Amino acid sequence: MKKNNSILRRVFAYIGRCKLPTVLSLLFSFISAALMLFLPVIFGKMIDLIADGQADIQSFPPLILEAAGVIGVTAVFQWLQNFLNNLITADIVRDIRTDAIKKLEVLPLSYLDTHPHGDVISRVVSDTDTLSEGLLLGFSQLFSGVTTIIGTLIFMLGINVKMTVYVILITPLSLFTARFIAKHTYAMFRRQSEAKGALTAFINERLGNQKTVKAFMKEADSVAEFEAKNRRLTGYAQRAVFYTSLTNPVTRFVNAVVYAVAALSGALIVTASGGAALTVGGFTCFLSYATQYAKPFNDISSVITELQNALACAERVFALIDAAPEPADAAKAHIDSAVGKIEFQNVSFSYDKSKPLLHNISFTAEAGQHIAIVGPTGCGKTTLINLLMRFYDVDSGDILLDGVSIYDLPRAELRRQFGMVLQETWVKNASIRENITIGKPDATAEEIKNAAQASGAYNFIKRLPKGFDTVLGADYDGLSEGQKQLLSITRVMLSLPPMLILDEATSSIDTRTEMLITADFDRLMQGRTAFIVAHRLSTIRSADRILVMNDGDIIEQGTHASLLAENGFYKDLYESQFKNT
Amino acid sequence: MKSLLKYFKGLRVACVLAPLFKLTEALLELFIPVLIARIIDNGITVGDRAYILRCVLYIVALGFVGLLFAVTAQYFSAKAATGFAERLRNAAYRNIQGYSYTQLDAAGIPSMITRLTGDVDRVQSGVNMTLRLLLRSPFVVFGSVIAACMIDMKSALLFIGTVPVLAVIVFGIMLAGIRLFGKVQAYLDRITKSTEDTLSGARVIRAFGSEQREAAHFADTAAALAAIQKFTGRITALLTPTTYIIINLATVLLIYTGALRVEQRLLTQGAVVALYNYMAKILVELIKLADLIITITKAAASAKRTAALINEPPEDTAEISADAAYAPGAPLLEFRGVGMTYRGAAAPALENVSLTAEAGQRIGIIGGTGAGKSTLISLIPRFYDYDRGEILFCGVPIAALSGGALRREIGIVPQHTVLFSGTVRDNIRWGKSDADDDEITAALTAAQADFVLKKDGGLDFMIRENGANLSGGQKQRLAIARALVKKPKILILDDSASALDYATDYRLRQALAALDYRPCVFIVSQRTVAVRDCDQILVLDDGRPAGVGAHAELLKTCAVYREIHDSQSPEEAAQ
Repeated sequence: MKKNNSILRRVFAYIGRCKLPTVLSLLFSFISAALMLFLPVIFGKMIDLIADGQADIQSFPPLILEAAGVIGVTAVFQWLQNFLNNLITADIVRDIRTDAIKKLEVLPLSYLDTHPHGDVISRVVSDTDTLSEGLLLGFSQLFSGVTTIIGTLIFMLGINVKMTVYVILITPLSLFTARFIAKHTYAMFRRQSEAKGALTAFINERLGNQKTVKAFMKEADSVAEFEAKNRRLTGYAQRAVFYTSLTNPVTRFVNAVVYAVAALSGALIVTASGGAALTVGGFTCFLSYATQYAKPFNDISSVITELQNALACAERVFALIDAAPEPADAAKAHIDSAVGKIEFQNVSFSYDKSKPLLHNISFTAEAGQHIAIVGPTGCGKTTLINLLMRFYDVDSGDILLDGVSIYDLPRAELRRQFGMVLQETWVKNASIRENITIGKPDATAEEIKNAAQASGAYNFIKRLPKGFDTVLGADYDGLSEGQKQLLSITRVMLSLPPMLILDEATSSIDTRTEMLITADFDRLMQGRTAFIVAHRLSTIRSADRILVMNDGDIIEQGTHASLLAENGFYKDLYESQFKNT
Repeated sequence: MKSLLKYFKGLRVACVLAPLFKLTEALLELFIPVLIARIIDNGITVGDRAYILRCVLYIVALGFVGLLFAVTAQYFSAKAATGFAERLRNAAYRNIQGYSYTQLDAAGIPSMITRLTGDVDRVQSGVNMTLRLLLRSPFVVFGSVIAACMIDMKSALLFIGTVPVLAVIVFGIMLAGIRLFGKVQAYLDRITKSTEDTLSGARVIRAFGSEQREAAHFADTAAALAAIQKFTGRITALLTPTTYIIINLATVLLIYTGALRVEQRLLTQGAVVALYNYMAKILVELIKLADLIITITKAAASAKRTAALINEPPEDTAEISADAAYAPGAPLLEFRGVGMTYRGAAAPALENVSLTAEAGQRIGIIGGTGAGKSTLISLIPRFYDYDRGEILFCGVPIAALSGGALRREIGIVPQHTVLFSGTVRDNIRWGKSDADDDEITAALTAAQADFVLKKDGGLDFMIRENGANLSGGQKQRLAIARALVKKPKILILDDSASALDYATDYRLRQALAALDYRPCVFIVSQRTVAVRDCDQILVLDDGRPAGVGAHAELLKTCAVYREIHDSQSPEEAAQ
């Protein structure tokens, strides 16, 4: 409960940004609910003007005008209330989403690397929707529901006290049945969603890899497994659907009972008093209250489930928004354009603190040197890059750039010094131009074209439907890995930072294309400190220094020739490439 | 969509009973206003308490019988709807299993997944609602109008005038809402994509210091979505007030004309109350009906998408054809002038390829990206069918063999490694379902994947979805073991060693050469080192063969091969 309170406070903080519309919405909902309740009173009076065989026609016009006025005003307030609610929810969702994305931009990479992306996306997209709609509509329905119940009671009491007491006495019946059904339905719903989850996971995995299923002739096995899971789901689904669909008829019956009790007591009172304690008009009016009196109770119980659901979503969304961001920048030092000397001093690091990865690594890269990092999978090559870019921070030791600790620099300034091309390419759903200019948004068309020509990307870009303005994801969806890698290289060719990080930068580009862009690539590398990770030893051979890593240690370092002469791990690695069987 | 009707077979009784019971319930409900009118006219006016009590008991009895009918209706309806959904899913899933690769490409896997899950769910609730409400709501509306006509024809004219006006407004606003809702959905998709981009691009975005621009861009999209939602809201917010105005003005008119007619002694007070009660019923039911129409429209669209999945005739069933008359002495596999064009493509992906492969041989396929390497090998198990020339397996054209007959002789290690959640043993057994632990261990050892034996649980080590708890190289080696365990006549390695370091790659090649069942091994690569010791190397360039031969020979005769080679090992070339 305490937790719910703090979540509610967070939600109210967002709602507080649209204070005026919220207050107005509640006010309007109060007014329209009260007026809606008042209308049957006028109808009752009109019916009372009709007695058997005679009607007081002269008294009708003022009542008709009154009714028309009430109807008109109610409608206007109803519209205003709906309109305002919509305004508020749309704005709140927008604000929460924007806050969530801003948080994503400053969360440590360790958070993004360890939380499934699908989960984060559903927090940003669907949870925010459920949260705002559920909470706001929930509150507004709760409010108008309570208004209606209290208003109805007052009006009913105004018509006849005895009848009202009878109606109130039966009310718990309606509540109990609704709760009874909801409880049983919930259990079945949980089982249904578990079974559905299992089936969906199966579909994702098997159908997602249908070509592999076919290659291994697993079609029949898959069908059998699918049908068993489907059968289980249907069993639960049938019961869940049936149980929920009981709510309506059962409450309709309970309402019929309430209605009957009201009709009986009302009719008897009218008869007994000869119309003095209750008129026929009052009786009709009371009956119409009796039908709508029970409805808000049912609504409220469904609103409460909705609110609980919304709170659960709110908790997930706020867990994301409240996640601790990267520690603030120290900004004790500044750097404009680095010379490019990098020193690792006794650096130790691990992702999972119980499993040490890098231990006590030290080396120096002089400005302009090309450093190749080689070693078997999982030896820590990519980790070095994560540390250099401050995607992760060292556990102990220090990294210096031009003699200054990188932890004293603002992250953005540090990262601006590096041009990075990764094996796992990334292009966003935007135009080719936007994709290329991410590091230099003010680049001219000329600069963009030159960079694309230098990287070899121009060859395929010019063949795309709209050239540089082709929107990926909308106009065109078929970029190959190699083409994406060429785009990544173009980004760096355009922004020309003082240092380079190339993690398998050309792994998806076929070697002939690679050869064609070699001259431009060499020019790019010229005079820049570069860290190169590659499987292809041929691309490493020309490095000024090679760091051979294994199990989180630098076990050998030197040039290609000196390492071969050392006759160690590097030599084994190198020879296996060319050795014939 | 009509084709789906057959999946109601066996559920027909439920499909008839559900609406029938529902209609009976509605009919019972229509009697209540009449009873209230009786209470007023015959009970209250006359002062007959026993009559009043009797009428009230009728109301309760009608309610109770109505409840029984409704519950029965809901039961049959739930049964029919969920049963229908189950059959649809089964039929669709079963049919997809027979899709050829071309059909899978055309249908698109993400789209098939949505059709099997979300779409079928919508169909289920559509069927459920249709059975329960499609007949009920119009029945109550028209029933009320008819009841009004029976009470007083002239007053009923008001009903006949009001119902169409209400119907036009309710459906008009709902339809406008649906159209606008489509736009909202498009923006939501953009929000999703944008979030995905932010997550998957975190490193690149930060490397280029583009965080704030990305966030601002997202904020723009979020604001655009909010704007269109507000616009949509302004229109749908009209529904309640307008219907409220119409129904209540009609009620005012109804009572007033009723009063006039009471004065002419044409109508009783009770009859006016009954008419008033019928009017109130109509609005509730019309709004329910409009909601229902939306559900049905969505369900129909979903049903259409699922039907397309089921109605596509499968082109590649897994059945194994009767043993073909393999020609003794014929080469294991022979390509004769083979060409292939993907469906919908302008240019052929492969042209005029000829090659002969014998048991125990190693065949290299080399070329740049898009040269046709993967296309070539996907023709061997008949994943795709060639449209020119002929491929012969043991002397028999493979067009005469079923995919199943071919695939049991072939072990494939695809370029993109796919493992399934389950134990190592389960995964390896994909290659041979009855493989024992010795066979599995032997395959793992040959594939250099024996690392897994040292993991917790060994063969029982649990692999997570998509092999998430293994490195790229480890997954590739397990995939190779999975292909080896069936001891195939043909082994296809489609760039399968790309994530392996050189030392492991080297040991793997040696182990493959030592296999006692002498498979013919196809090695696809972009690197000459991977194929240089093959018996034959086919060089592909832009879908056309640029040369066939051994490494040394190709270096002399094939310019493309020499270029590829030179681009990869300049030092080696210089020697």
